[in-house]
Amino acid sequence: MEGAWVPLALTLKVAAWATGLNLFLGVGIGFAMARWRFFGREWVDALLTLPMVMPPTVLGYYLLVLIGSQGPLGAWLLQTFGVRLIFTWQAAVIAATVVSFPLVFKAARAAFETVDPQFEDAARLLGVSEWAVFFRVSLPLAWRSILSGLLLAFARALGEFGATLMVAGSIPGKTQTLSIAVYEAVQAGQDDVANFLVWVTSITCMAVLLAAGRWVPGRVGPRA
Amino acid sequence: MKGARLNWDVALRKALRHGDTHFEIDVQFCSAASRLVLFGPSGAGKTQTLKMLAGIVRPDQGRVAVAGRVLFDSAAKTDLSPQQRHLGYVFQDYALFPHLSVHQNIAFARQRLARAWLNPGRAQTDPAVEHWLQAFKLQAVAGHYPHQISGGQRQRTALARALVNNPTALLLDEPFAALDSGLRRQLRDELRELLVALKIPMLLITHDTEDVQALADQVVHLEAGRVSVEPVTGGATHSV
Repeated sequence: MEGAWVPLALTLKVAAWATGLNLFLGVGIGFAMARWRFFGREWVDALLTLPMVMPPTVLGYYLLVLIGSQGPLGAWLLQTFGVRLIFTWQAAVIAATVVSFPLVFKAARAAFETVDPQFEDAARLLGVSEWAVFFRVSLPLAWRSILSGLLLAFARALGEFGATLMVAGSIPGKTQTLSIAVYEAVQAGQDDVANFLVWVTSITCMAVLLAAGRWVPGRVGPRA
Repeated sequence: MKGARLNWDVALRKALRHGDTHFEIDVQFCSAASRLVLFGPSGAGKTQTLKMLAGIVRPDQGRVAVAGRVLFDSAAKTDLSPQQRHLGYVFQDYALFPHLSVHQNIAFARQRLARAWLNPGRAQTDPAVEHWLQAFKLQAVAGHYPHQISGGQRQRTALARALVNNPTALLLDEPFAALDSGLRRQLRDELRELLVALKIPMLLITHDTEDVQALADQVVHLEAGRVSVEPVTGGATHSV
């Protein structure tokens, strides 16, 4: 049974990396999309939201084409650094990041759009730099909604299956995450293993949800 | 004017569009008044003009010099950022940062250099901040958030926040509009005393004749984006 801790640890590692990457990508791009007006903005928005609505296997296929050793990015990495991404835990991180990205991006864009630009102007008039305006005004005022987006993204990354299986495979102890391990156990008729993994997954998800409920409200000062 | 320096030298043009309606601001005025009031009905373009002075709205063309310093000049391609203009600005609804206490709001501009990306701590002390908390009787509410204090306290907090770094001029957008009339009178008197004591030029925009009566050395009348009456000496009949 202690075999279950290996996929659990791997799943948490992959989900944590994906969420961390999305903290920068989702918040940065969400802010840019909320503040910049440019031609074709809604097209870019739709494109960035696509991973949320597309079947994960289709996404996995795209990723495979891109980072596989025949793909443009994969071939370049292999030639330049001798790095083979496919069927590694890093590939699972990429899959989980892409799949959960829209949850952070959408939350961040909506959150920044509700921040009254007048507060940012007020900060500029007080002489602080544009970076400080972002870190001291825009981000604190949007933080709460972004955090709930991040938690959703973490939960989504925990349960990632389709795209991960396509690009990272199911190598026990290396790329086999919880959701894939459950599938493999059921396929192999190992009901006791499957039962145990399902329990571990359920408890982990409950813990995430309870943590979300406990930490998200009251993280920022009271708002008007 | 007795050869006093020109405090306000403004010539601005900007075409605004809101859907189908076009509106053009074409404002010019010069004044040596230390307390100038821009008076006009709502929709006359007062707030937009004030924002162009402050640098948060970009004019199509023109020139702005405040207290002898050129802030914007389209011909010379001068356009100082709001940060570089060093003006105190009070928004109509004050725009106090809702996530920061009264104390942190006032201390906002004091946080510079090394810790510039962080907001001031709640317990941090700074003599300039303490001075304004005391001058505006805000010590008791220093730890409160903007939504927890009265309208008058909010206005004083906004003024203190604008003044704490000694700006070269003070711009006020209808500072009394959000207050009831009794309080309005009291705070007008306070502001007048403050301006006499500080000796920094002030530009206030309003649609309330009582503001003109109480505070203006000179008045510029604004209507439909244009100056309708050139600067005239206002109701407050002190020396300039």
